[in-house]
Amino acid sequence: MEAVKQETAPTARAIDIESMQRSDKLNMANEEICLKVNDFNLYYGDKQALHNINMSIAKNRVTAFIGPSGCGKSTLLRCFNRMNDLIDSVNIKGEMLLDDSDLNAPSVNVADLRRQVGMVFQKPNPFPKSIYENVAYGLRLQGVNDRATLDNVVEKSLKGAALWDEVKDRLHESAMGMSGGQQQRLVIARAIAIEPEVLLLDEPASALDPLSTLKIEELIYELKDKYTIVIVTHNMQQAARVSDYTAFMYMGELVEFGATDELFTNPSKKQTEDYITGRYG
Amino acid sequence: MSTNTSQHISQQFEAELQDIRSRVLAMGGLVEQQVADALTALMAGDSELARQVIIQDEQVNHMEMLIDEECVQIIALRQPTAGDLRLVTAIFKTITDLERIGDEAQSIAKRALSLSVADRPKRNYSELSTLGSHARGILRDALDAFARLDVDAALSVAGQDSKKDDEYESIIRQLITYMMEDPRSISNVMDLIWSARSLERIGDHAHNLCEYVIYLVEGTDVRHLSVEKMEKVLDRD
Repeated sequence: MEAVKQETAPTARAIDIESMQRSDKLNMANEEICLKVNDFNLYYGDKQALHNINMSIAKNRVTAFIGPSGCGKSTLLRCFNRMNDLIDSVNIKGEMLLDDSDLNAPSVNVADLRRQVGMVFQKPNPFPKSIYENVAYGLRLQGVNDRATLDNVVEKSLKGAALWDEVKDRLHESAMGMSGGQQQRLVIARAIAIEPEVLLLDEPASALDPLSTLKIEELIYELKDKYTIVIVTHNMQQAARVSDYTAFMYMGELVEFGATDELFTNPSKKQTEDYITGRYG
Repeated sequence: MSTNTSQHISQQFEAELQDIRSRVLAMGGLVEQQVADALTALMAGDSELARQVIIQDEQVNHMEMLIDEECVQIIALRQPTAGDLRLVTAIFKTITDLERIGDEAQSIAKRALSLSVADRPKRNYSELSTLGSHARGILRDALDAFARLDVDAALSVAGQDSKKDDEYESIIRQLITYMMEDPRSISNVMDLIWSARSLERIGDHAHNLCEYVIYLVEGTDVRHLSVEKMEKVLDRD
């Protein structure tokens, strides 16, 4: 017994167990914070839709919002680039900070904010223009018309959205002739062409087939190197696959917020457990 | 969290989870019986019972494969999460240990078979009876802890491990003395040593079962920890 032990000991030591342990355990305390929500409330007229939300969105991470329909997750997402400004009856209380400055402050130019915080919706919404012009649109709005610059940005954005190889030979054809999955990636390319800091994705893959969905998920994984991503999804497996942090919302409240690994294997709240395992609350 | 009493929206999924749980308990019951019968066969020199235990191991193996398949089905079709996921993974591990316990029972039965034709000493192998009933007790309590998802019970079973190890050590010392006193007894005593070894292993597997129960209920991996450390990790005293 003793002899055997001595023989195997060096090999056992040679394997560096530490390095095999997962080093990617996430902890909000170690993150650089991109968006911060403090005591945030939102009302549609008399009806309160968001109750006292407090959370931090980590920079260069994917944060997923999950929860049943009507729980307020899309409403919260839309606050990040003030899409709710378009609705007259909306009132807000509390603050929302992008890189430490209040994004609802009167001095903030909403157009500038939306350049910094891009958004992609559930249904792909390409403009009825060519693929090239779709991607160049944001820059043209900003007054950039230099052909070389535009060519460069279009190629870079389409590559970034993992679409370049599929469309490089038909850049000047209409975007409306693309498949749904391609259109959605085109919309993402359009969003990243103006180099935002944050990308908001509202159900980006729910209208797509499984393969296109996987491509979008793969894309999200690649994009987080450059952007902070917040995604709303009804597909919990998708939230589990793509996100680093997950927030579970219910009836306008943030019930649980934490590292995705933890939330899907060992949630701390019963409501979260009931929702993700598919039980009656 | 996994002692979740709410029902799944999908009744079928609910039924599937209930089904694997009750199958694991049935398998546990069968294995428990196998261990008890193997011990009886050994003590009483009952070759018929020993043969029966050896044959029945087939059934334990079969159950392991059935439950295994069912777990794979659930993962593939239902993508379980949280407590449900922990239940399925805990069951995967639990049935592996149960199957090993079955193998140890079979191995004891084989020794019983070979000892049944040998001259039986006056003491009739009673040395093993304490360790035997102890191993059986640990197994029964571990299965109870699983059935009731009882972390405290699982912890208390896990705590009995060192007592069992001490008993095993003392039996081995005693059996070595027999062999030294009477070299003609060596082959029989070796059978006893192997049986004691099997009982000790059964206790270890039962200990593992308790760790899975704790993981299932608390979501904390307590493998390879001393009982004191387990209590600390789980924030209990």
